[in-house]
Amino acid sequence: MKLLKNLLKSPMFVIGALLFLSTLLIALLGPVFYKVTMERVGAQYGAPTAQFLLGLDDLGRDYVSLLLRGLRSSLFVGLLAGVIATTIGTLVGIYGGFRGGVVDDVLNMLTNLFVVIPSFVVLILISASFKEGRSLTLIGVIIGMTTWTWSARAVRAQSAALKSKDHISLAKLNGDSTLRVLLVHILPYIFSYVFMVFILQVSSGILSEAAISMIGLGPLDTVSLGTILNQAKNTGALGDGIWWAFIPATVVITLLVFALYLINTSMEGVFNPRLRK
Amino acid sequence: MQNDILFEAKNCACKFGHGKKVVKAVDDVTFDIKDGEIVSLVGGSGCGKSVLAKMMLGLHHPTSGAFTYKGEPITDYQVHWREVQAVFQDPFSCFNQFFTIRSQLKSAFGIYKEKPSNFEMEDRVDQALLAVNVKPSEVEGKYPFELSGGQMQRMLLARIFVLRPKVLIADEPTSMVDACVRANILDYLMKLKEELSMTIVFITHDIGLAYYVSDRLFIMHKGKIIEQGAPDDVTQRPKSEHTVQLLEDIPEIHKEWIKR
Repeated sequence: MKLLKNLLKSPMFVIGALLFLSTLLIALLGPVFYKVTMERVGAQYGAPTAQFLLGLDDLGRDYVSLLLRGLRSSLFVGLLAGVIATTIGTLVGIYGGFRGGVVDDVLNMLTNLFVVIPSFVVLILISASFKEGRSLTLIGVIIGMTTWTWSARAVRAQSAALKSKDHISLAKLNGDSTLRVLLVHILPYIFSYVFMVFILQVSSGILSEAAISMIGLGPLDTVSLGTILNQAKNTGALGDGIWWAFIPATVVITLLVFALYLINTSMEGVFNPRLRK
Repeated sequence: MQNDILFEAKNCACKFGHGKKVVKAVDDVTFDIKDGEIVSLVGGSGCGKSVLAKMMLGLHHPTSGAFTYKGEPITDYQVHWREVQAVFQDPFSCFNQFFTIRSQLKSAFGIYKEKPSNFEMEDRVDQALLAVNVKPSEVEGKYPFELSGGQMQRMLLARIFVLRPKVLIADEPTSMVDACVRANILDYLMKLKEELSMTIVFITHDIGLAYYVSDRLFIMHKGKIIEQGAPDDVTQRPKSEHTVQLLEDIPEIHKEWIKR
């Protein structure tokens, strides 16, 4: 509770959290108040009107509808990738750091291997190999599986620092199993780091999806913010000066990631007393 | 029972690191600890006394030499920790900040194969708290950061009263508390020895303090036990230069008492 109070004192956190919560609310409740339709409702790249505030796309579909759907997809893919990456990274990091020795060496080697393999290239290769059935979920899973190394590194360092603390020795003397030591005596101490890393993983997931979709390897089953940009790129909307084809989607992605970065940065200030004023 | 040997170390060593960076924290030590005695391990910072303590607990393993408890090498730690327990120097770092003191005292029962009934566990925690002069209501619902250093050190001792082990390894339990609490802690250690006939390994840098509480003194320096014997022998007729140094470092008033 005290932590939440401290966080709420930070304007950066409040702005970030409000921004993120409002995008979340828009994505979830938007379709309730606004009639989302994926049907053709007018001419190709129809300009914004009072009825269709952000104009129409290449196929004559309403951009507000597309953005609502896309925002939902981006949030889904970001959270999915974030959960997967943070879970794998935390498991690898917390166990490796705690065990040390050969186990740690092997896990560290594995982590470093994934660090040096450019994850975006892997993402492109895997996405490209799926000619059919490339779903949003699949993209989220691939992003999660290729970007967990940050979490692993951050968590490993924390876990290794904690393992020689007295309360861990005492937990062992209480007969606690390794699993219990990790979950009860280490995880709570590093939870703030894990949460911060999770936020970063979510934002990187959103950006990765947008990037992979932009180059045409995005999900085939739904609209995402990236696929909107991809369409704008493919149809030459950028060159023709049709701003409503790319600016709204770009702004939404930017705001989303910006909100997450604000949350992350403000949390660092609150969790790390040295950065507190 | 008095002369049964509990711990026996023969040429034990514990090294850290590899190659040129190797550090011999404990270097070729040989000693035994008998049932029911209080042995003090005395030495300056970094002399290896804490590592030796952790070896006795089975938290560190000897890299060479033979180390036995009741004549057997320590293999099953769950069994070992039912008999050998510890208190550490910094009580705040010993408790998990996220759980109440009481729940953590209770979790000490985890070491038993079969836990006693909930009623008995609660009762033993209450008794243990009373043994260190703390009313159970004083710590009810309290977290470690809500208590003072002296209270926390007593909580560590209460944990020992809960578990009633055969051997207690006390790693500098008095170095972070004020003089008044220190006297209390020593009283509780004596109580543990007398009432529960516990064997105590008392680790300290203060040879004056060790002199009062121990049956035997082990002086450690640079990972080796350089001298061992009865407190009077070691303090009156020190054989090594380092022991002389330790004795000289005692404040004057202490020395007056020792001479008496």
